[in-house]
Amino acid sequence: MSANSGVEEIKERNKQLIGEVLEAYPEKTAKKRAKHLATFEEGKGDCGVKSNIKAIPGVMTIRGCAYAGSKGVVWGPIKDMVHISHGPVGCGQYSWAARRNYYIGTTGVDSFVTLQFTSDFQEKDIVFGGDKKLAKIIDEIQELFPLNKGITIQSECPVGLIGDDIEGVARAKAKEYSKTIVPVRCEGFRGVSQSLGHHIANDAVRDWVIDKQTGKPARFESTPYDVAIIGDYNIGGDAWSSRILLEEMGLRVIAQWSGDGTLAELEATPKAKLNILHCYRSMNYISRHMEEKFGIPWVEYNFFGPTKIVESLRGIAAHFDDSIKEGAERVIAKYQALTDAVIAKYRPRLEGKKVMLFVGGLRPRHVIGAYEDLGMEVVGTGYEFGHNDDYQRTTHYVKDGTLIYDDVTAFEFEKFVEKVQPDLVGSGIKEKYVFQKMGVPFRQMHSWDYSGPYHGYDGFAIFARDMDMAINAPVWRLTKAPW
Amino acid sequence: MAKLRQIAFYGKGGIGKSTTSQNTLAALAEMGQKILIVGCDPKADSTRLILHAKAQNSILSLAAEKGTVEDIEIEEVMKYGYQRIRCVESGGPEPGVGCAGRGVITAINFLEENGAYENLDYVSYDVLGDVVCGGFAMPIRENKAQEIYIVMSGEMMAMYAANNISKGILKYANSGGVRLGGLICNERQTDKELELAENMAKKLGSKLIYFVPRDNVVQHAELRRMTVIEYAPDSAQAGHYRSLAEKIHNNAGNGVIPTPISMDELEEMLMEHGIIKNIDESLVGKKAEAAA
Repeated sequence: MSANSGVEEIKERNKQLIGEVLEAYPEKTAKKRAKHLATFEEGKGDCGVKSNIKAIPGVMTIRGCAYAGSKGVVWGPIKDMVHISHGPVGCGQYSWAARRNYYIGTTGVDSFVTLQFTSDFQEKDIVFGGDKKLAKIIDEIQELFPLNKGITIQSECPVGLIGDDIEGVARAKAKEYSKTIVPVRCEGFRGVSQSLGHHIANDAVRDWVIDKQTGKPARFESTPYDVAIIGDYNIGGDAWSSRILLEEMGLRVIAQWSGDGTLAELEATPKAKLNILHCYRSMNYISRHMEEKFGIPWVEYNFFGPTKIVESLRGIAAHFDDSIKEGAERVIAKYQALTDAVIAKYRPRLEGKKVMLFVGGLRPRHVIGAYEDLGMEVVGTGYEFGHNDDYQRTTHYVKDGTLIYDDVTAFEFEKFVEKVQPDLVGSGIKEKYVFQKMGVPFRQMHSWDYSGPYHGYDGFAIFARDMDMAINAPVWRLTKAPW
Repeated sequence: MAKLRQIAFYGKGGIGKSTTSQNTLAALAEMGQKILIVGCDPKADSTRLILHAKAQNSILSLAAEKGTVEDIEIEEVMKYGYQRIRCVESGGPEPGVGCAGRGVITAINFLEENGAYENLDYVSYDVLGDVVCGGFAMPIRENKAQEIYIVMSGEMMAMYAANNISKGILKYANSGGVRLGGLICNERQTDKELELAENMAKKLGSKLIYFVPRDNVVQHAELRRMTVIEYAPDSAQAGHYRSLAEKIHNNAGNGVIPTPISMDELEEMLMEHGIIKNIDESLVGKKAEAAA
């Protein structure tokens, strides 16, 4: 059978498979969900799916909310600020301890990421407004944690319903304490997923931090090689294994956020010569803004797997002079031996293994190269909260015939995995045990399954080991999949 | 003792709900009925004519002071006024902050849980303005007021509000059994007011319970923080309120599920009565001088 007829067969199978899952839905739901499921056709400019549309009640979407996007993703990891979950206790309780955003600092003294602050709304705060309590909390934070560099107010749903004037409190307290206090209107009911929360949080970074730097001189001596890493959340140390590569090629990282980030770094960013953007979905807004307002160019990069790392290092270096370009080549050469050794060890164990992914807004495309470096193949992928521009960017990564599922439902995902029979599924904690119980190896691709880092050359070695560990664990020989 | 009657007064802001309801309830008390008034307005002025004062402690202000509503005793918020009428005010936030609607819900739950409805003939809810959100619809939801009396006048906006309130009643009529008891017209001396009010009631599938004429004695009584029943018991106006009380007392079980009408139908009705002339579309949005 020729390779071509293989792809045609897969496309036909995908078509049937999509038809099969849609059949299980009521007519209206089927009509809506049909727009989110497709097979990638080589040469097309997008993946043929609609995205960023409200999930249908009852389907068990994997999505989060705007509060999760702001508190959980964008603002939460800024380590020297205190982030108040403003509203009833639940949102704060369940976002306590953050997303494995590693940081250096003394928790409770100068760093606060894994602590949880909440205004714990009671009935009277709803009826009479929570602004007085908010002001009091800020006073208490000042007293108990005097080394905080600033405070953010992360709005939960009721704050938007009762119209609490959090901006007024932020202004008054910022003046009183001469501190940055940022109100964020990220009420969970806004938007269709956490994605709008990223946007709202970006706008708050813009209005309450970045734009306030306009006209102020840098608080450090600038060099032509100053860059800022934007949109790396330092899951399991990702930003650290990325940053060293930039520094080794001769760049100076003046800011890194929000993973292991500080308020001072946010403030320094408008002085960068180039913003280098990892998570496009969650931080493109602020990158575009700095381009328009301060003329800072930005470049997307991908540090998953050696192929993409090499491309990205050269892409970043292209914005600088020859010394940096040479630096990039030097870094590539330096890590060649490590890369070769990783591939030599793991590729034979992973060659030809098929992967299905379902992650947030970046990794559904970004990690594909790393799997391919190990001889693996991604046969299905989709975004929780990607937009059309993400699906456009995905076309540079996926192969003809890849199954695409936007905002996949629990039912669809199970059905797809059952029929496609991948050797590995990469998604989140809610999905993990479903698939493991089906006898399918699984890795959490939000939290790196408590491992990591996966970014950079060092991360690639860990990534390869983890995937091998998941797929070739002896346990799978002791279980029989139901099919 | 007869079954507890739970009634509520709704109507456009400023229409005279509190005045009408307190006078009517005072008359009912004269007839020997045991009454509790629940003021559902953050301004907490639904009981001032009965108490001769603004209620000192509203449920919510006391809850805010003490921490939670669980910390309050019913005696602290329930006051006795004219003819031993019991009065409570839900209270609520100052304008512009918080959620008054949630406050009404909290307050009513508190009263129920603390046995405020025991040994009574009537509970009457006095609710602010229009039904703007779920909180102010609380009294018409399940197991609360069964009969709603809408206070209105011949003014277009008052009728518009009456229609909107009817929509709220309709929404909960099937799940909770709330009914429209009838319309009470509080005379504003607009053109053909009685005729209009009667027709409006008919359109809503209900009836005009009473037409309360305008009389300055009401104003005199209000200035003394009194009902007319107490201030001028022998006046003609006191007689009107007694008649209204009588009608409401005999209206038990006669409530209906209202049939609210569309805005177009409402305008048509006004045209029928010659209140507004045929709408000439070319005049819509024109100033007086331009239209002349």
